[in-house]
Amino acid sequence: MSKEWPLWEVFIRSQHGLAHKHVGSLHAPDAGMAINNARDVYTRRNEGVSIWVVRATDIVASSPGDKDALFEPSNSKVYRHPTFFPMPEEVKNL
Amino acid sequence: MGANCVDAKVNYLLRQGDNALILSQRLSELCGKGPALEEDMALTNVALDLLGQTRMWYTYAGELEGQGRDEDRIAYHRDAHDFKNCLLVEQNNGNYADTLVRQFFFDTWHYFLIGALTKCGDTRIAEIAEKSLKEVTYHLRRSGDLVVRLGDGTEVSHAKTQTAVNELWMYTGEFFNYDEVDQAMVAAGIAPAADELRAQWLAHVSDILAEATLAMPAPDAWMQKGGKQGRHTEHLGYLLAEMQFLQRAYPGSQW
Repeated sequence: MSKEWPLWEVFIRSQHGLAHKHVGSLHAPDAGMAINNARDVYTRRNEGVSIWVVRATDIVASSPGDKDALFEPSNSKVYRHPTFFPMPEEVKNL
Repeated sequence: MGANCVDAKVNYLLRQGDNALILSQRLSELCGKGPALEEDMALTNVALDLLGQTRMWYTYAGELEGQGRDEDRIAYHRDAHDFKNCLLVEQNNGNYADTLVRQFFFDTWHYFLIGALTKCGDTRIAEIAEKSLKEVTYHLRRSGDLVVRLGDGTEVSHAKTQTAVNELWMYTGEFFNYDEVDQAMVAAGIAPAADELRAQWLAHVSDILAEATLAMPAPDAWMQKGGKQGRHTEHLGYLLAEMQFLQRAYPGSQW
């Protein structure tokens, strides 16, 4: 058994209606303690209303080397961007 | 309200503040030295919560006393025999099991006491209790959880936690050993009855210790007392020397 606690990624939802946002990581032996630790390490200034923790090893990420193949083609397709529509003032968080 | 009752209330408020301040100071000693970054921050958060509560208790006590003492005067310019905290909170941090068992015994008592005080007859005390209750609820959840993890952990952590329980047990009787100040507060409709508080404390402690696979010492074992009357263990003097040094050497200095 490893002596190091596993790494967890922490996501905090800062206010109602907004998505959880990655805020950082921490070590904890299990999910329950990861939540407790996240509360102590990342919400000391009243940042959140909800916490998610995910084991860092469970996150699957795209490779930085694939950046061009994945994202570059959309740059030349300007019609995919919704920038031609005026947004009403009242619409928040879009 | 008679003069005696005011005296008793000031005394009672100072005891609450002293308990919170001395435990806060003990936990602060671990700042930067916790066993893991996460534990370090958690302990420091608890220390800060308790310090905030201390300020509310001392400020009210100072106002009621009417002798012009503010929170700083009360914290930094009294000697060991003027402090009325329970002996449990001044005990050394020891190993991490000692620190957490001390915290768990205290948090359990604190949680039930503060809960009762939210419904008490003095609105100012009820307000302070209301403000503290959310913090105290979290403290208890955390320390109980960790006592279970250490007790039901490895052979070594189990042995250390059991030793801590056995050695700190004799300091837990003082919570429920009411003297004339406590009795006056019960009569005034402020403090909860000792029997009731003790029954709640024993029930919760016994649940958690059972879950932690730890043996609970006998509830009627011999208990230490004296802290509430200002008779302290040797540890308090050293703690105060460090905590009060600056204000004693340079009175009134600010930064």
